[in-house]
Amino acid sequence: MNSLIAYTLHLADNALILSQRNSEWCGHGPVLEQDIAITNISLDLIGQARNFYQYAESLINHSDGTAANPASEDSLAYLRTEREFKNLLLVELPNGDWAQTVLRQFFFSQYQYLLFQQLQFSKDEQIAAIAAKSIKEVSYHLRWSSEWVIRLGDGTRESHDRMEKAMNELWAYTGEMFEPAGYEKEMPVESEEIKKEWDEKVRQVLEEATLTLPPASEKGSVFMHTGGKNGIHTEYMGHLLAELQYMQRAYPGCEW
Amino acid sequence: MNIQIRKFFYGDIPDDQSGGNDLKNTQGPSSETKKTDWPLWEVFIRSRQGLDHKHAGSLHAADAKMAIENARDVYTRRMEGVSIWVVESKYIHATTPDESGELYEPAEDKIYRYPTFYKLPDEVNQM
Amino acid sequence: MAVQDLEKIFQQKIEQEIKIEPKDWMPEAYRKANIRQISQHAHSEIVGMLPEGNWISRAPTLKRKQILLAKVQDEAGHGLYLYSATETLGITREETINDLHSGKAKYSSIFNYPTLTWADIGAIGWLVDGAAIVNQVMLTRTSYGPYARAMVRICKEESFHQRQGFEILLTLSKGSKEQKEMCQDAINRWWWPSLMMFGPHDKDSPHSEQSMKWKIKRKSNDELRQSFVDMIAEQVKVLGMRLPDDHLKWNEERKHYDFGEIDWKEFWNVVKGNGPCNKQRLDARRKAWEEGKWVREAAAAYAEKRKARQKAA
Repeated sequence: MNSLIAYTLHLADNALILSQRNSEWCGHGPVLEQDIAITNISLDLIGQARNFYQYAESLINHSDGTAANPASEDSLAYLRTEREFKNLLLVELPNGDWAQTVLRQFFFSQYQYLLFQQLQFSKDEQIAAIAAKSIKEVSYHLRWSSEWVIRLGDGTRESHDRMEKAMNELWAYTGEMFEPAGYEKEMPVESEEIKKEWDEKVRQVLEEATLTLPPASEKGSVFMHTGGKNGIHTEYMGHLLAELQYMQRAYPGCEW
Repeated sequence: MNIQIRKFFYGDIPDDQSGGNDLKNTQGPSSETKKTDWPLWEVFIRSRQGLDHKHAGSLHAADAKMAIENARDVYTRRMEGVSIWVVESKYIHATTPDESGELYEPAEDKIYRYPTFYKLPDEVNQM
Repeated sequence: MAVQDLEKIFQQKIEQEIKIEPKDWMPEAYRKANIRQISQHAHSEIVGMLPEGNWISRAPTLKRKQILLAKVQDEAGHGLYLYSATETLGITREETINDLHSGKAKYSSIFNYPTLTWADIGAIGWLVDGAAIVNQVMLTRTSYGPYARAMVRICKEESFHQRQGFEILLTLSKGSKEQKEMCQDAINRWWWPSLMMFGPHDKDSPHSEQSMKWKIKRKSNDELRQSFVDMIAEQVKVLGMRLPDDHLKWNEERKHYDFGEIDWKEFWNVVKGNGPCNKQRLDARRKAWEEGKWVREAAAAYAEKRKARQKAA
């Protein structure tokens, strides 16, 4: 598999898996308006995932025109195993409470925003086009999630405590975003630059939210979990896929 | 908690026939509602450039930012390129139906405000 | 003005098809009937998210997942429009929701049936949304302005819901043997409950008469049910499936389909709380509300803080 295909799948998987997680809130949100908001984000992400999968599909079929079963967006989403998925560990973690969900969204959207800002100028026209189209959506996700981080961090004692707890849960999964996998190294992405800007923006929001980073992070000595990009996932991932892929696995080869 | 609820379709079944649930045994959370009840906002949307903002509906939000974002999610799920106004419902002052006579009826006499009041020759009647 | 005169003016407005608006004088019973009906309708939209939501994580393709997510989200929106309409009658959304959670308020019994297979998502779209649309189209002409406007918006948005449901079943009906069986099974399970959605027979529906007089409702339960049966009995032929009713037959004289009697024992059982999912549905709604309490409190507290800071500055 060439790097471009792997990279495109990585982008698609991130969007799909986070969409899957966020969609668990649909019908169960803390208030009707926010139920609608988180579902909107979920819808945007699945839209992005489909765009990237469709591009990956054309790349794969083009490079192997003789395959008996040509790839499709659905075969890529529904028929790969957990070892083949390349998403960040961050997006597959369970939702936790609303604090953890909005903090995860904030970390991810801030990253996606900076990443897509670079990718929209990518020489690969398809990737550039999808990034350019998605960046409008991502700006909204970023605004929505950062406002929630501030609201909860600076809300009540309980909400503040819950945000600190979410921070401790999630922080160790943020490092993976900036550790390029093999297939990323060939992409024109300045990971170092993204990391610098991400750190800065995240700190600004956390400060306004009266939240602090885990103490060790100041010295840069927090252990960061990695592996998702190369198919080494958390145990949660298998269960997530078992649910997501159930129909295609139980009834192979059907039209739906 | 042993709560079974009584269900209806769109108001068809009267309260006394529905049974299945002794209301005295249910603990309504109503005693502690005040603090979490977000204010109501009215939403006005410009659906296209060049059009007026039009009342679209209302929603609950804790603050104006949230109200605008919710309005986008709730009332523009099928539209693009909009402008949104929100205003807390309590700041809207309205006429009462009793006053509508004095407010609107005088205008009915001012027929000279309407273009059809002026008879023009056919050549310029498209004016 | 004497109350009798007000009532006369009110009834005249109704007869002249002039909509009643929130600040207009209205009989207390009219207000109550509207609160009851609109809030039940709102609760039905919200509880109705749950059976379909049950399949979001397992939808068989990305496209289907996207459509289903959008559809369930629409239902949240519709619940919101309707709660807003009840608020114009002087009852807050929180009060209305508390009535649902305490068991005082009702919602449509149909949502107490489980979604067991993917085909159920198709059957809900086709039959349940189909039945709802028959009702809702009528309600766009209801006499209370905010309710009518909410219904216009809802009907516009719902137009795709029934179509997507039918399309799901159509795809299944052309598929493998298992898919066809799944399709027929879902129709078998959802047909009778969807007929029950129209409520008791007119003669057993005491609220109906007053509601018709006030033009809150504009057609009787039995009339609406008949037009639904006539529509579905034709559409099922396209699917090559059958409706589970041996008495279903075209009646040339009436120019309508005859159909069998509903199992009213089951109907009242579900109404009284003994449906397959009554408990789960209400538990899920209550859980979401209770677990969201700290979120709502925090956002309110933050908004207060900001206001105070702005004042101080």
